[in-house]
Amino acid sequence: MTSLATVADADLVARCRQGDQEAWAELVNRFSRYVYAIAVRVYRLPEPDAEDVFQEVFTRTWQHLDELRDDTAVRPWIATLTRRLCVDRLRAGAREAPVEELADVEGTSDELEGIDEALMVHEAMKQLPEHCAEILDRFFARDESYRAIGEALDIPPGTIASRISRCLRKLRAQLEGRNSRFDPSDD
Amino acid sequence: MTPHHQYDEERLAQLLKILPPAPEGWVRAAQELPQARREIDEIAERAERDAQFRAAVEADLESALAQAGYDVDPSLLPELRDRLTST
Repeated sequence: MTSLATVADADLVARCRQGDQEAWAELVNRFSRYVYAIAVRVYRLPEPDAEDVFQEVFTRTWQHLDELRDDTAVRPWIATLTRRLCVDRLRAGAREAPVEELADVEGTSDELEGIDEALMVHEAMKQLPEHCAEILDRFFARDESYRAIGEALDIPPGTIASRISRCLRKLRAQLEGRNSRFDPSDD
Repeated sequence: MTPHHQYDEERLAQLLKILPPAPEGWVRAAQELPQARREIDEIAERAERDAQFRAAVEADLESALAQAGYDVDPSLLPELRDRLTST
């Protein structure tokens, strides 16, 4: 795992603004799942529309980084941009859709909160030993089988269930430690 | 972000499943965006100052780019065409 993976959002934004190509790649990597989940899971865009929104989000992010007033707020800024572009896309693609259908789509704050929380968990996972992050990600997010994980990481498939359990406990401890220091002004 | 002070394994599993990776090609295209934009700017500027190059790209954009050694992502060609016609 590169050191950039654990750099704070604000520092990453500052580096991107200075033209650091690796920092930009990490910023895209860091928020790619987030943007994808909002487009596909919350707004249920078909893949081609989701791809357009995805590229547009990062194009605008790159173009407007200089205008970001608070570098620590890049995540909510990207979230707002993604939601707006998704709604625009739905409106453009289904002008004849009943208004209440779009209103329903816009009223998905619970799902958006779930995605925010999932991103926080995903970021916390990066603080775990690398093999833990890899196993948890492959099993839960990538939906890989024990066998596929065992082959990819060269570990006996029979040990994977217990490793997952141990890694989940570590993740839990990591999050509970983090939350005990939670500051409501963080977001 | 709403804090959850207690996470059981089931809740963590649910949260981890919410964020599958975006398709690799999408991520790579977005990561290469600054470089691609710089290349589009460079091509547009060159077409402005080099009449021969401009004629070539107007006649057959893809061949002219290949001949000049540019490797522009096909998804960016429509934008490049717009840039070239607006200059």
